[in-house]
Amino acid sequence: MKISGAEILIESLKKEGVEVMFGYPGGVVIPIFHHIFDAPFRFILTRHEQGAVHAADGYARASGKVGVALTTSGPGATNAITGIATAHMDSVPLVVITGQVSTSMIGNDAFQEADTTGITRPITKHNYLVQDVNDLARIVKEAFYIASTGRPGPVVIDIPVDVSKGEAKFAYPDEVSLRSYKPVYKGHPVQIEKACRLIESSKRPVIYAGGGVISSNASDDLVAFVRKTGIPITTTLMGLGAYPETDRLSLKMLGMHGTFYANRAVHDSDLLIAVGARFDDRVTGNVNEFIPEAKVIHVDIDPASVSKSVQVDIPIVGDCKSVLHEMTKIVKPPQIQEWVEKILKIKEENPLTYGTAGTKIKPQMVIERIYELTKGAAIITTEVGQNQMWAAQFYQFTEPRSFISSGGLGTMGFGFPAAIGAQLARPDRRVIDIAGDGSIQMNIQELIVAVQHRLPIIIAILNNGFLGMVRQWQQLFWDKRYSHSCISFAPDFVKLAEAYGAAGIRIESRDEVDKAIKKALSIKDRPTILDFHVDREENVYPIIPAGKSVKEMITRELV
Amino acid sequence: MMHVISVKVENRFGVLARVAGLFSARGYNIDSLTVSQTEHSDISVMTIVLTGDDRIIEQVKKQLNKLIDVIKVTDLTGHASVQRELALVKVNASPAKRTEVFQIAEIFKAQIVDISLKTIALEVTGDPERIDSFIELLRPYSIKEMIRTGRVSMARD
Ligand SMILES: Cc1ncc(C[n+]2csc(CCOP(=O)(O)OP(=O)(O)O)c2C)c(N)n1
Repeated sequence: MKISGAEILIESLKKEGVEVMFGYPGGVVIPIFHHIFDAPFRFILTRHEQGAVHAADGYARASGKVGVALTTSGPGATNAITGIATAHMDSVPLVVITGQVSTSMIGNDAFQEADTTGITRPITKHNYLVQDVNDLARIVKEAFYIASTGRPGPVVIDIPVDVSKGEAKFAYPDEVSLRSYKPVYKGHPVQIEKACRLIESSKRPVIYAGGGVISSNASDDLVAFVRKTGIPITTTLMGLGAYPETDRLSLKMLGMHGTFYANRAVHDSDLLIAVGARFDDRVTGNVNEFIPEAKVIHVDIDPASVSKSVQVDIPIVGDCKSVLHEMTKIVKPPQIQEWVEKILKIKEENPLTYGTAGTKIKPQMVIERIYELTKGAAIITTEVGQNQMWAAQFYQFTEPRSFISSGGLGTMGFGFPAAIGAQLARPDRRVIDIAGDGSIQMNIQELIVAVQHRLPIIIAILNNGFLGMVRQWQQLFWDKRYSHSCISFAPDFVKLAEAYGAAGIRIESRDEVDKAIKKALSIKDRPTILDFHVDREENVYPIIPAGKSVKEMITRELV
Repeated sequence: MMHVISVKVENRFGVLARVAGLFSARGYNIDSLTVSQTEHSDISVMTIVLTGDDRIIEQVKKQLNKLIDVIKVTDLTGHASVQRELALVKVNASPAKRTEVFQIAEIFKAQIVDISLKTIALEVTGDPERIDSFIELLRPYSIKEMIRTGRVSMARD
């Protein structure tokens, strides 16, 4: 029996076990929506396609499953671009389905035509233009496989309307056979052996773990590896939660806004063990001064990440989980008591702090209180800017997939729609978006979606009336000329919340902070906006200016 | 250093754009690129010539390998390989100069593909260095038009 392309798509998504899908309709995808109407999975209609893709992304990061989004052609597809690029930079598995004008019209500048495969080529792991309905099931199968295996990433499937309406027999392939794509999971035993020997003879080793540990579900293996070797560990922004930050060997985050002790330890190390991390410039600063004395072991599933910006001594191409597991089995603990003591002393003497003088609410204080009052069990999403860095610094992450943030692309407006996806993936957890007053306005339209689906997301706005991170750079590096970074001309966020049917609380003094957070935590049937009016010119410290090294770290306000 | 990289790809819609896009997006400069059919109708081979230090070439190869449609990447630099290129060259040659041009053509086993009162067009194949010298020898006659195909390469067994 033949069925339509649209039905084939739905059947294929069912075979992939899709439970939630995010999207927005339009002309060329009406045939698909026609069948989504009674599909057995949940469809979340966002209010903007960017929101749909970020929500699918948040869902994927919180659950470890593939996130799925659907948009129409032309403007629907172009609205999805920022979402796709965000997922690409952070290696998040997504399948984004876009409608396309009919095959006979492609290239004619037809109504709502955009060259979606052309536009998305550099920001996807792979993409497809389906030209024959008979290929559709195979392509969907391949798309899910490619998105979720190897180094994960977004895959776009562009489906012309005549393909959706065309008919074919439905047979979902059991397997994918791609002769050109065979990700390597097991690390090479010789390399693993060599790495272990190097670790055993090292005197000042540090582990530097990234998002790859989380995407390969390797946190337990990482913990076991640290337990056995006793090596101090720092994580990237993307790696937060891969190792419990409350543990004594945790040095928390490194890089531009990382802790002094993490950056110091990495700089002084004689061996850096990079696991699922990619030596991003926000981590290394000036690469030439990053690790002057260290040898490097690099475990990564993506060979192209190895020796890209930092020369690696022992590359191990493979899945973090399997490689860490193998290494833990054979490695003998190195003799590093002295080094560990030294680093832990530096850690003790240089904690992350902030000035508490005055009466104004400090943004860092808000994060600390949220941490305490949620007992560290919330899933934190963030926007981008100071809010993101304070969330990373002052919430203690102890579990993988509990910190969800746009690291690579740094997309303002990511956090809230991502929180919607995360909350749908994890109804058992409180999801809190740590926001800036600038970023939250970039996808505020999705508030109605959270209200409609009764999602108890808390949006904690650290309202400083500035595009704070831009202002901070202007203050520190551009003669305090606050050119277009002041946004105190702002909406009333409490009224805005109420207009949408959400709860809203403005918090203007320190003694109201706890009460407001507790109140928000007690509201379980709708989202709450907590509008914290914080000290307007608070800065994120420490900071290593772009392209500099830990030696030039600014640890506190210069007066 | 100059590298010749042979890239076996799925003969599919959009593959050339993927490969070309990779080079432009990462700021790598291509000296020449040819796309050719192979003995398998579903596989094409791209021969890419580019100049760069080892680090860049290493990245290029890794990034190419990352493309889903790329089946195999072989760096022919430093390996025994056959390299061929074809060039069409049109030179000014009045009847008085023709014999000289014919002589050069004969040495290089070049074909005369067109001839007019004022010009001669020649076709030559060979390894790229040979083509370079052929062109150098024709320069004094003033080259009106010249096109090179870019090279195709095959490893020797
Ligand atoms: C879409 C987008 N546009 C611009 C930027 C550049 N940018 C980075 S941080 C920042 C300021 C963010 O302001 P806000 O959301 O209020 O957060 P704050 O830094 O004050 O916490 C800007 C404009 C960005 N990251 N993303």
